Amino acid sequence: MIMSTSPSSLLRVDHLQVQFATKNHGVIHAVKDVSFDVLRKQTVALVGESGSGKSVTATAVLRLLPRTATVSPHSKIEFDGANLLTLSASQLRGIRGKDISMVFQDPMSSMNPVFTIGQQLMETLQLHLSMSVKQAKTRAIELLNEVGIPHADSRFHSYPHQLSGGQQQRVMIAMAIACNPRLLIADEPTTALDVTVQKQILELLMKLREHHGMSILFITHDLGLVHDIADQVVVMQYGEVREQNSKTELFAYPQHPYTRALIACRPPLDTRPQRLPIVADFVNGTQVNTGNRTRGSSLTDSVVLEARNLQKQFVLRTGFFKRQYINAVESVSFKLPRGKTLGIVGESGSGKSTTALLLMRLLQATAGEVEFGGSDILKLGQKELLSIRRRIQIVFQNPYASLNSRFTIGELLLEPLRIHGIGSGSQEQLQMAKSMLQRVGLPEEVLQRYPHEFSGGQRQRIAIARCLMLRPEVLILDEAVSALDVSVQAQVLNLLQDLQDEFGLSYIFISHDLSVVKYISDVVLVMQHGRVVETADSDQLYASPQTDYTRNLLAAIPGR
Amino acid sequence: MTHPTAIAPSNESPGMWRRAWQRLRQDRVAMVSLGVIAFFLLLIAMSRTGLIAAHWSDEVAPSYADPAWHLDPAAATTNAVVGIPNTQLGAPVDISDIDPLAPRYAELKERTAKIAHEKAEQATWLPFGADKWGHNVLTKTIKGAEVSITVGVLAALLALFIGTLLGASAGYFGGFIDDALEWLYNVFTSIPYVLLILAVAAIFSRGFLTIVLILGLTNWTGMYRLVRAEYLKHSERAYVRAAEALGASHASRMFRHILPNISHVLLVQYSRYVVDAIKAEVILSFLGLGIPVDMVSWGTILAETQEEVVIGKWSQIIAAGGSMALLVTAISMLTDALRDALDPKLNE
Repeated sequence: MIMSTSPSSLLRVDHLQVQFATKNHGVIHAVKDVSFDVLRKQTVALVGESGSGKSVTATAVLRLLPRTATVSPHSKIEFDGANLLTLSASQLRGIRGKDISMVFQDPMSSMNPVFTIGQQLMETLQLHLSMSVKQAKTRAIELLNEVGIPHADSRFHSYPHQLSGGQQQRVMIAMAIACNPRLLIADEPTTALDVTVQKQILELLMKLREHHGMSILFITHDLGLVHDIADQVVVMQYGEVREQNSKTELFAYPQHPYTRALIACRPPLDTRPQRLPIVADFVNGTQVNTGNRTRGSSLTDSVVLEARNLQKQFVLRTGFFKRQYINAVESVSFKLPRGKTLGIVGESGSGKSTTALLLMRLLQATAGEVEFGGSDILKLGQKELLSIRRRIQIVFQNPYASLNSRFTIGELLLEPLRIHGIGSGSQEQLQMAKSMLQRVGLPEEVLQRYPHEFSGGQRQRIAIARCLMLRPEVLILDEAVSALDVSVQAQVLNLLQDLQDEFGLSYIFISHDLSVVKYISDVVLVMQHGRVVETADSDQLYASPQTDYTRNLLAAIPGR
Repeated sequence: MTHPTAIAPSNESPGMWRRAWQRLRQDRVAMVSLGVIAFFLLLIAMSRTGLIAAHWSDEVAPSYADPAWHLDPAAATTNAVVGIPNTQLGAPVDISDIDPLAPRYAELKERTAKIAHEKAEQATWLPFGADKWGHNVLTKTIKGAEVSITVGVLAALLALFIGTLLGASAGYFGGFIDDALEWLYNVFTSIPYVLLILAVAAIFSRGFLTIVLILGLTNWTGMYRLVRAEYLKHSERAYVRAAEALGASHASRMFRHILPNISHVLLVQYSRYVVDAIKAEVILSFLGLGIPVDMVSWGTILAETQEEVVIGKWSQIIAAGGSMALLVTAISMLTDALRDALDPKLNE
């Protein structure tokens, strides 16, 4: 790669190599020879999946790496001509927060909970710009106004927890731009936020970039976001730069197979391929079946599960006699057609996960009916419930949390069989577990292993396999692919599709990711504040949304 | 992070305990502590089975014999403190004809003659000397260790059991059960600990099992608090939810799913409890509320030393106090190391 010295280059990362010394795994080369430039007033996106070294690269710029990390002496990070790697601690402190500032993924944990947002903003101003208390306060309120916090002068006295996630991130950005930095490093700043909020934050960042004339180094796993904001894109994998190019060039003519795969892995909004391509397809050059699948429901579909006026009210004891009622789910009704997928979308707090827990009887519904197999499962006693549990299963979002880490994969898979007395004898049960593992694409040797040895995608396969051991009719997938990398997500979505085709499963697919829901669902249900806003066949809903809320949601999908 | 489709090539899959053991083995202090504890356990196993220290109560040396590496048994008798030569007392006068108790004396003499009197073999090796009754302090200390450590291990086990059961129920079920148990906990913790032990000890008769019961029944509160917190946290975790969704019963979720996940907390707390119980037993026995008089423990030994130190006999306090300090320190060090080795945050 030819690196021309450009006079307008603000940050220059030159042959950066970072190693981590670990106790059990020896030396890990997290970043192997990464070079790129950030020009003045430009937005550069570092894109990659987990483990690609993108965050390590970003933290290396401010020398915020943990102690176990070592940067190769041949590496250079030049900021405005000065090598940041050789600066003294005090020189570096002068640059941190003033010339280069950083915004992190989780605003709540990046702020100090015992100080008000005003105090935290003023601290930066007083420290770097030596302002008086009065000046700092005026400037802090100006900044809060600038990042779009309503009633900035009264919000000045709020504590971080009193703000919503989006507002917290706005405050973090206000702190970051407080000293008019020339470079803003944003490390996955919108990953923890809802799509509509994400869109607002991105617009804010773009506006501030124009206004302050700064450069942005934007770290993300989401190529859709890159499409919306970046000028220049650097694609990373396993600590190496796979490709770097201007945004328009990169999306129009991706050169590296990995880049092509990343772009293709995301479920598209306009078409619905039979199978999603995966990284291996591009690297090995295998041909992907590109035929399209049609989805949708018809009135003749038999209904496997029907929910009517589902309600859930949480009671909070706020005082000795005082009670506060929170309606998590106010009124949810739907029909799940047999062998099809019902998608539920909504932002955080819309009650979609609570609905899933109600259907599983993991939470007791306050009111409503769920008809399944000829009876109302909300009214069943413990004994009948056990037989229903065989027929409805749930896969949770985080495969790191939903598998008991003290069980081997074999124990995990055999447990449901033992509980329900399926299979005669342990030999037959073991055989069933082995064939199920094979079905989800894992070798049978993994039976003796523990969950911690597997990657996120593999764990989610195990979680799915465990549910399928019971041969359920309905499978609820609560954000089941949300924690996975895009390429892994494509594999799991393909697996889910195959399983549906093979076993005739009916899915309730809950997600905040509108493209994924569009891809996998026949019918889509949009939820807001515990209510169903809109229900329609998925193609119809995305083509002509009927309510404003749905329209806003759809407009916020990045990369459209 | 591994490659998404790659699976670690090794066939071995170390569980959490194996990995903790590997970390522990790197810790030199922990290994030394473990060695000390193993030595003590071996000692009490041998003492329990009668291989050593079975005859601790034999009078093997003169009273308060000094520590010696090699003792001549013949010399030992002449050194005797209580042996006052008969010659100085003058000849005994026979008053049996006027003594009304004379027939009784004669009878007693006859009976005494019938009792087979066996003089214990005199010890030749007394590294810690002898006590007031001529017991070998070394064997006495070993026997004392047996009682003290057994009490400690059993009492801590009882406390562990009670605390875990109550804590698990409170944390897992919540609601009324939690409220009731919290009330019980508050009542128990509001009473000063030593006072509580003394009060219970004063009610029950002295005995080995009583001590175990007293210490177990008064010591569970700390364990309860920890276990309850862990169960509160874990019962909301996704893996427990997943187990419920599969149809696992309450008991299965509590003990098959959650318990192994908090076992490291229990282990660390248990080893702290053993230390506490050993110390508590010593305190009780020292105060005369501990084990019965026909048994010996580190506590009773230390109680005896009160007077001995005054007359300049240090060997018992050094033997019992030293071994207790050694063991307690070893367990405490091991506890610290265990906590580090088992910390889930350090896992990978």
